[in-house]
Amino acid sequence: MSDTATDLSTHRSLLRIERVASQGMIALRGGLGSAALGKGLRKATGLAVPGLREIAHDETGAFGVAWMSPDELMILTPPGVVHETIAQLHEGLAGNHATLADMSDARAVFALEGAPVRDVLAKLCPVDFAPEAFPAGAFRRTRAAQVAVAVWFTAPEAARLICFRSVAGYVEELLCTASAPGGEVGLYHR
Amino acid sequence: MLLLTCPHCHVTAEETEFAPGGQAHLKRPQPEAGDDAFESYMFTRPNPMGVHLERWRHAYGCGKWLIAARCTVTLEVFGTYPAQTAAPPAEIVKKIKKKRPEWEAPA
Repeated sequence: MSDTATDLSTHRSLLRIERVASQGMIALRGGLGSAALGKGLRKATGLAVPGLREIAHDETGAFGVAWMSPDELMILTPPGVVHETIAQLHEGLAGNHATLADMSDARAVFALEGAPVRDVLAKLCPVDFAPEAFPAGAFRRTRAAQVAVAVWFTAPEAARLICFRSVAGYVEELLCTASAPGGEVGLYHR
Repeated sequence: MLLLTCPHCHVTAEETEFAPGGQAHLKRPQPEAGDDAFESYMFTRPNPMGVHLERWRHAYGCGKWLIAARCTVTLEVFGTYPAQTAAPPAEIVKKIKKKRPEWEAPA
């Protein structure tokens, strides 16, 4: 896993944009309605299967579970415990059909913070980012310009965005361009 | 611009979040059906002005396949349903017939 976080603070930006280093990510595919999966997930992460297009975190914020599709979850873990969590899930799901994959190195995570964060995202994604339409706890897979991303809010003015690591450079430039001073649109933030 | 509702993740998104997959409900002929039947299965597609049942994939979203019943002239969307459906559901057929009484579901 890469330990280097890119410093994007030198860019003049309306937002604070940071590439999050070392986010543990595990893809879990299986029948999300099955009791065995729910039990195994709770045992390993302390969290229940989230509702449709939702993301849930534990109290410390260390672990998270996001709804990716009707048969896929993404489990967020602290970087050091990915293998441990996978082993626990394997144990908890033994005898049931499910697949687990360590995706930590496959994806890049960006943390965006600032009052116009919803405006910047709305420039890139065909999604309604109004706070009432996209509250905290909602998780949306969509596209940012030309690549697939997923977005959620960690606070009213702070969002996380994940994309494939192979397009992280593209997304980084997109975010810097869309958040450049002078590009205020005043849609959600006036 | 089409607005489609994914029947899998129930999100209403614009068409750039989806990838088109061509005519829906194609039936593969039996092996003994002959070349003509296969040629038709492979290549012959209707290009209707009006109601069309079309496969789409929620490519940037949940990644699942769906079928959209829409009008190619007015771009009206009558409804969407999962691609794991052999024939258009009665409820979708009813909705289409209400607006387009002359339309017949493909055999």
